Amino acid sequence: MTQLPDRNGRFGVFGGRFVPETLMNALIELEQEYNRFSEDPAFKEEIAYLLKQYSGRETPLYYAERLSQHLGKAKIYLKREDLNHTGAHKINNAIAQGVLAKRMGKGKVIAETGAGQHGVATATVAALLGLECKVFMGEEDTKRQQLNVFRMKMLGAEVIPVTSGSRTLKDAGNEALRYWVSNVEDTFYVLGSAVGPHPYPMMVRNFQRIIGDETRKQILEMEGRLPNTILAPIGGGSNAIGMFYPFLEDKEVGLIGVEAAGKGVDTDFHAATMSKGTQGVFQGSMSYLLQDEFGQVQEAHSISAGLDYPGVGPEHSYLKDIERVKYVPITDQEALDALQLLCRTEGIIPALESAHAVAQAVKMASEWTENDIVVINLSGRGDKDVESIMAYTGGKTE
Amino acid sequence: MNRIDQTFASLKQQNKTAMMPYLTVGDPDIRTTVDIILELESAGADIIELGVPYSDPLADGPVIQRASERALKNKVTIRTAMETARLARDRGSQLPFILFTYYNPVLQTGLDTFFEEVVRHDISGLIIPDLPLEECEQIRSLAHTAGIHLIPLVAPTSHERIASIVSEATGLVYCVSSLGVTGERTDFYSGVDNFLETVKRYSKVPIVIGFGISSQEQVARFSKICDGVVVGSAIVRQVESNIPLLEKEDTRQQGLLQIREFVAQLIG
Repeated sequence: MTQLPDRNGRFGVFGGRFVPETLMNALIELEQEYNRFSEDPAFKEEIAYLLKQYSGRETPLYYAERLSQHLGKAKIYLKREDLNHTGAHKINNAIAQGVLAKRMGKGKVIAETGAGQHGVATATVAALLGLECKVFMGEEDTKRQQLNVFRMKMLGAEVIPVTSGSRTLKDAGNEALRYWVSNVEDTFYVLGSAVGPHPYPMMVRNFQRIIGDETRKQILEMEGRLPNTILAPIGGGSNAIGMFYPFLEDKEVGLIGVEAAGKGVDTDFHAATMSKGTQGVFQGSMSYLLQDEFGQVQEAHSISAGLDYPGVGPEHSYLKDIERVKYVPITDQEALDALQLLCRTEGIIPALESAHAVAQAVKMASEWTENDIVVINLSGRGDKDVESIMAYTGGKTE
Repeated sequence: MNRIDQTFASLKQQNKTAMMPYLTVGDPDIRTTVDIILELESAGADIIELGVPYSDPLADGPVIQRASERALKNKVTIRTAMETARLARDRGSQLPFILFTYYNPVLQTGLDTFFEEVVRHDISGLIIPDLPLEECEQIRSLAHTAGIHLIPLVAPTSHERIASIVSEATGLVYCVSSLGVTGERTDFYSGVDNFLETVKRYSKVPIVIGFGISSQEQVARFSKICDGVVVGSAIVRQVESNIPLLEKEDTRQQGLLQIREFVAQLIG
């Protein structure tokens, strides 16, 4: 299970490289260079140094005592990815891909972004490493996340509003790929989630697995054993796969990916790819996908821009099919309620994405006993979401 | 014999290059697509590429993206796109049809059903721009059994992949003129002539060039080194700008004539 993907980038039937021929050599080169540098101690040291001294890792594994008491019997821990520089787990991957880009001699990087977290992380790393940076962002999202647009510009990146299709994350991804096709010879595409063509899902997972590796070490130190349950939010799935991967072989650890049900999985407004999607090819890989019977990709909906995506990483689709990870939906309203709860009990404002995982804990709490240890991956902080929460609740804080 | 092979055989006898217009099916509607096919045939087109509109056309520039969006608003699907080939055939078109479609609509149709429909609607070839060599084994074997050409794309960045891509090709090889998506352009890949020479050296079948070709000068330039020239976005743009004429019954013929004349001029 942990040996995948195979040499064609497949996780079972999922994954692969469904891209225009123009990109194939670039993907092959990327895979070779990634494999070569993965063996290079200097490359690993540079990334480890930046993660520690620049981003502030390791992030704490925090025992949320008041939340635990409020919900019942289980001990709930929060993996504090929100305390990373730039406010989310996205920086782990952006640092590593940025260092890789530089070592490959590419002076220009591009990225796609939904909420702006990955865009900000990439712009940050580009500034740090002296790379030229362009970020593609759906026009809708540039309006929803004006602050992040400004942040990226402050960091010296060029933000390109995408006006095609639904003008959200999926279209930003399409446009980044189109740009890459035109500029493949001197540009590195810093892809933000565990999606896209091989080797991205594998590479992003390996750059994010530090979340799970640290969690494992920390929980063993604190509790002397592994947790019973780990919860992580999932859009494309990079924080979740990073958290889950080091635990895949530990059969006693229940792994739960929490996806966005928007206004409900039985409405037309959700991003519940695992609950409602079918197998298809989208943005370079075979995976589960929200689509109609003729193979047209459908628009997703979630209050959380980071989960507002009709696809999901191929490794997650594989883990669903072999039933190693369970995937469950959480609605906008459930996520908002959980966000408020975490604010009030712990003084932590989580990102809307992360609030989905907290909401699943609320849902499951009655099943847990005092012997249960639960870890929630708190993938990001909620500062970026304050404006959209105000708009949604009409400014009410109850 | 596959219609594509017949066409290239007869063009070779006449020492001519194939003019291969691309249309997005259902832009602005199916009836007009059929009419345009017949107009282009009488203007001298040799092979027609029928583009299946898709929600996420990764390999396409803004012009074909917009055409796709218009066609999708009309609920055009991969099924109706294939039926359009049959409608044109029933109205007397003799040209070979190549279906240009992204992979996901094919996958959702079901591969066996898809090939039954391709054969039933007298489509001769397939271009699937997001299905590179490494992913196309199953489709290629089904296409071979059905007598349909699965047409590979080769790009200037294909380098050492060219030999393996081209040696497997049947029907024709589609050479991408530039790095980038579809759409009119004035500059091509700087090493495009060497690239075409390399492809030609390995290919046992005709080679055609596409992506960005939009003027008579460009058609003439590439006709000297290729067996065919694809013109896509430039024609789709003509369709787009003539939509106001095409939509009214009394000006419809005028709109069709404009598109026909544009293609006649390209051929020169």
